[in-house]
Amino acid sequence: MDTKTIKKETKNTETTVRISGSEAVVRCLLEEGVKVLYGYPGGAIMPVYDELYKYQDKIHHVLARHEQCAAHAAQGYARISGEVGVAIATSGPGATNLITGIADAQIDSTPLVCITGQVASHLLGSDAFQETDIVGISTPVTKWNCQVTKASDIPAVLAKAFYIAKSGRPGPVLVDITKDAQFEEFDFNYKKCSGIRSYTAVPKTEKASIEAAAKLINAAKKPLVVWGQGVILSEAEEAFKAVIEKAGIPSAWTILGASAIPTSHPLNVGMVGMHGNYAPNVLTNECDLLIAVGMRFDDRVTGNLATYAKQAKVIHFEIDPAEINKNVKADVAVLGDAKASLETILPLINENSHTEWHQEFKDLYAIEYEKVIKNDLYPTKEGLTMGEVLNQINIQSKGEAAIVSDVGQHQMIACRYAEFNQTKSNITSGGLGTMGFGLPAAIGAKMAKPEREVVSISGDGGYQMTIQELGTIFQQKAAVKVVVLNNDFLGMVRQWQQLFFDKRYASTEMVNPNFVAIAEGYYIRARKVTTREELVEAVAEMMASKEAYFLEVCVEKEDNVFPMIPTGASVSDIRLE
Amino acid sequence: MNADKQLFTVSVYTENNIGLLNRISAIFQRRHINIESLNTSPSEIESVSRFTIVVNMTEENIKKIIGQIEKQVEVIKAYYHTEEEIIYQESCIFKMKSGLLFDERQIQNIIKESNARIVTVNRDFFVIEKSGRKEELELLYRELSVFGIMQFTRSGRIAVSKEEMKISTMLEAFQD
Repeated sequence: MDTKTIKKETKNTETTVRISGSEAVVRCLLEEGVKVLYGYPGGAIMPVYDELYKYQDKIHHVLARHEQCAAHAAQGYARISGEVGVAIATSGPGATNLITGIADAQIDSTPLVCITGQVASHLLGSDAFQETDIVGISTPVTKWNCQVTKASDIPAVLAKAFYIAKSGRPGPVLVDITKDAQFEEFDFNYKKCSGIRSYTAVPKTEKASIEAAAKLINAAKKPLVVWGQGVILSEAEEAFKAVIEKAGIPSAWTILGASAIPTSHPLNVGMVGMHGNYAPNVLTNECDLLIAVGMRFDDRVTGNLATYAKQAKVIHFEIDPAEINKNVKADVAVLGDAKASLETILPLINENSHTEWHQEFKDLYAIEYEKVIKNDLYPTKEGLTMGEVLNQINIQSKGEAAIVSDVGQHQMIACRYAEFNQTKSNITSGGLGTMGFGLPAAIGAKMAKPEREVVSISGDGGYQMTIQELGTIFQQKAAVKVVVLNNDFLGMVRQWQQLFFDKRYASTEMVNPNFVAIAEGYYIRARKVTTREELVEAVAEMMASKEAYFLEVCVEKEDNVFPMIPTGASVSDIRLE
Repeated sequence: MNADKQLFTVSVYTENNIGLLNRISAIFQRRHINIESLNTSPSEIESVSRFTIVVNMTEENIKKIIGQIEKQVEVIKAYYHTEEEIIYQESCIFKMKSGLLFDERQIQNIIKESNARIVTVNRDFFVIEKSGRKEELELLYRELSVFGIMQFTRSGRIAVSKEEMKISTMLEAFQD
């Protein structure tokens, strides 16, 4: 590899050097501090792969087994580290396979830069081999996208891509580069992007809105905070904790907000939404002030909007102006970055404890514990529960693991019961609900934070959607702990069929393969557990493993996840059984 | 806020980029909203494009749509206005058989009274152009259709607001 030019240039980006568009792509990634990217090669992106080969001591390319998983791995990388995840694929099917991951990143505000190869510019629109209009296809699911047909545009476009992906409310961007632009030579120089005139990354925070919010908080008798991923994305965890602690406000989280403050924090009253905790859901309809911080009132959180927190005034701390009044009308909207806004409001709010109000949460928790939690975590029946597996993982990881879940019953159980001591530890597909997300996302998370314990928890359905990524785990020696909670059903759909479709189990029963044999086929240590007696020891063995480990736990086939807010019902009509 | 559907004219100032039309129309499509008319053109500011979009919907929803349009990276600013808040024009063109000009003398009166204009006449056909409000164009269409129209087409709406749109100040602020 020719390191001479690189050494000369990395210090001084103002100087130009004549290189190809494909080398420029790699140089841009290095300028942006990218160390790892996930992808899959193919015809239209081969020039870039050729450069990745030459630069392999500076940037690590991870070969996924499917482009969708390259995107999910990049998401996992971004979610645990707060940095931009990068995925790369060829044109046509390579590009379309990325789309599910991109759509997932869009709805969950994950910073992602996706680079796709495209047929040569003279072939555009001619139905050439592996040509697809990926810019058109990805438009509704990207924060921004762009097609590059000239090598000289590559640095500015990629600089813009990284800036847009990471700034403000993060999201995925896609840059589609024609093959001729990859071959073309030009005078390279790189300048980071620091602003775009048509784009306001962070809206200005009105002082009056902060004051109005403080006034409402100070006057409230029964305030409730619901926080979302915004707290994590703006790294506002400490500021957030300071505010809720000073004002003594019970605080609940959305699925993506989980882990921003420790699970054991005394003001943490649990999860809101469809399978959230009893107390925060019921008391949403009794609070006099609802303080939303970095969350977007998703329908899975609010249930029926017509009966959602109608008695309460609403304060909405939010970075994206389009979220204000989108689903729930805000009495006070505090636009801007959550961290800055929370730091500004802290001196304006009064100390409080709201002791009686807290007692209401404790009373309802006691009911939920008796009816649901006890049986989930410490079952006395014969079959294993998903909850007791989570409980073992909590105990043996001491709450330090990052939990990467897939989608379905196990996901709700994982989010309900996983204990988190550290932020950015709950990685799951929230908005899109992408089955198959978990395993590849766990690979990305483990590679971003190799020092952390990363546990992937999937169901037998979602696991098989991206099971081929065991190959990536094996090739990369990624020490991911892979847990499959196997009930031989697409459990969440089955639960709905039981409750709402008179137990007509249409296509939800799974005839499953020998999962242990499959893992072992990839040379991954594997174990299957069917009894309670084995569970503790198996989880211990998994946690002690320095390498990847696969654990299948056969759980009760027809367990349901409760509490549950049926679709269209009010949050306060949450069912415990 | 008026909960009934009404016509709104949306003005979107944007960078002049490929693909932006797709991005903006997708926002309406997602909510299953039919676009009544759409026009793109340069604006009063150099290198800034302007979309003029007419839609029939509630004010509550148009506000949400405006937020989602403004969220697009290359959109500088978006506004919505009611019919009373704008001055607008549409235009249309009729192609008709030349013989009608001699056989149906009232056509000339219709053209004169409607302030329409004959663009060209040749041996086979003549072309009428008319600019104005939607109802005026519709009236002219009804009046001429009895004689047989060979071709007809109408443009999207173009509109200016009565109130100032502070787009230039916004762009200047970015330069500073």
